Amino acid sequence: MREKKTIVRKQKAPGKGIKLKLILWGSLALLILLTAAFAPYITPHDPYEQDLGRALWAPCREYLLGTDRYGRDMLSRVIMGARTSVFSAVLLVLITTVTGSVAGTVCGYHGGKLDTFLMRVSDVFLAFPGMVFAIAAASVLKGGLFGAVAALALISWPKYARIVRSQVMAIKNAPYMEAARLAGSGTVKIIFRHMLPNIAGPVVTTAVLDMGTMMMEIAGLSFLGLGAAPPAAEWGSMMSNGRSMLQTSPWVILAPGCAIFLTVMIFNLLGDTVRDLLDPRQRKKEELPL
Amino acid sequence: MKKYVFARLIQMIPILLGITLLSFILTNLSAADAVDIMESNQGIAMSAEEKNELRQELGLDRPVIQQYAAWLGNLLKGDMGESFVSGQPVLASFLSRLPATLSLTVASLLLTVGISIPLGILAAVRQNRFPDYLIRFFSFIGNSLPNFFAALLLIYFFSLKLKIFPVMGSAGGWKSIVLPAVTLALAMASKYVRQVRAAVLEELDQEYVQGARARGIREKRILFFSVLKASMLTIMNLLALSAGSLLGGTAIVESIFMWDGVGKMAVDAITMRDYPVIQAYVIWMAVIYVVINLAADLICHYLDPRIRLGQEGAQ
Repeated sequence: MREKKTIVRKQKAPGKGIKLKLILWGSLALLILLTAAFAPYITPHDPYEQDLGRALWAPCREYLLGTDRYGRDMLSRVIMGARTSVFSAVLLVLITTVTGSVAGTVCGYHGGKLDTFLMRVSDVFLAFPGMVFAIAAASVLKGGLFGAVAALALISWPKYARIVRSQVMAIKNAPYMEAARLAGSGTVKIIFRHMLPNIAGPVVTTAVLDMGTMMMEIAGLSFLGLGAAPPAAEWGSMMSNGRSMLQTSPWVILAPGCAIFLTVMIFNLLGDTVRDLLDPRQRKKEELPL
Repeated sequence: MKKYVFARLIQMIPILLGITLLSFILTNLSAADAVDIMESNQGIAMSAEEKNELRQELGLDRPVIQQYAAWLGNLLKGDMGESFVSGQPVLASFLSRLPATLSLTVASLLLTVGISIPLGILAAVRQNRFPDYLIRFFSFIGNSLPNFFAALLLIYFFSLKLKIFPVMGSAGGWKSIVLPAVTLALAMASKYVRQVRAAVLEELDQEYVQGARARGIREKRILFFSVLKASMLTIMNLLALSAGSLLGGTAIVESIFMWDGVGKMAVDAITMRDYPVIQAYVIWMAVIYVVINLAADLICHYLDPRIRLGQEGAQ
């Protein structure tokens, strides 16, 4: 079936230019990560230094992106914000990938009551609008940015658990699994040596694709005042604080807004490229959790 | 058929019980006390005894399960209690906000469908050619734009600069719904264009399309009668999911545009620990969840003859 289809429809040769794309988007993403890592050393001004004498200056040579209402340099705050926003997104993706994969592997490999229970729980999480859950959890946890990350982790793991579970179940009884078992490999060895390398592709793809979404969600919670608290430089809360100045000094919104937009876009492009690379025939069905 | 719908509605009861109990426990876990919050909200200083009295009056001193049972008993009588913050009956204030969310849901879904289906089909038919690239480019941008940024950009250009639409609130008649609906539709349409494109492409690959072409049926007819109908299945399922989360209120968009819907109500209630309002909202979410899933099933049932005729295994 599949082979026939590719003959019938004209398709571009896969792999062409993908490596180039990977290098391009990968290095841009790396640049953002490095900016985040070295943020305190590359800001032109102190991102927290207030000076009301230069409040709400429009972008100029000294302050390339202008200043906010306390006279803080927007460029420096955007750079510092990269640290908060990007690192919290990375942390969030790591937490959800690991917990989701563990849950998914256990469910897929063992099955039984635990599987049924965890899958019902994940059904509930997948069915309800995540953001509302996250808002409730973030306000209960009250831990600022970390609370927001924990809240989003709580609602995001089921997606990974689903993907990993279906993958594990698909390859659990493959001949080479039997072979490994017959060769005397224990459960742990089978999972780590034979299973995880084989299911890593879709998980990595989903994780990279999720970076952008997660970043937007963290920024969204901060925008609602449930994430990073002022005066911390975080893109979402910077935009929320600048709302009232939209008419008079739009740069206080535009600078962090464009920073989120560009970062999310680069990670999305990287995610698409990784998917094309690992998964030429786009496993659409598995990417949709429902 | 009727039996099926009835069974599904019966299934709602355990879901409702579970979800309301869960939210009861969750809200009780939070460190802040509702009475303390009421005090700070209303700005009246209360003595410790007064606070304790109030706690007793509201039943907050009792164990969670007892509070839950009392609440459930009242609910069966149609009484959802009064808001801790405003003192108004919860049910009435909830119902008064529902139309705002409903109209926003309908408007943004219509926009989404109106944008994404034609563009998705166009992109699929012109696969890997200019219109396809252009549509995918814009869908990419829409996917990377956080909705609060999109909302602020729209406000900046259309309300503050061009002064076409009001900045916020719902007093401006139909004009006031345009910006929030567009904000929501931008993100959804960007996502759906890709899905519609993928669904149509997959359908175009099917053998029956080859067969139809071989029989000399016109391409347009194949596209609009067979392919589109078959791809509707995927799209309908997605739309049902989106409708579900839209009906739950879009906290961020509603609060930016000061749109007085249930999403904004929920966020306000959550931050103020207004338990009765939170409970009402949770019930609403559970009802939406069940109804939307049921509706999606019924639509699929209607659209897909394989399901309708009970030949799921047949190719």
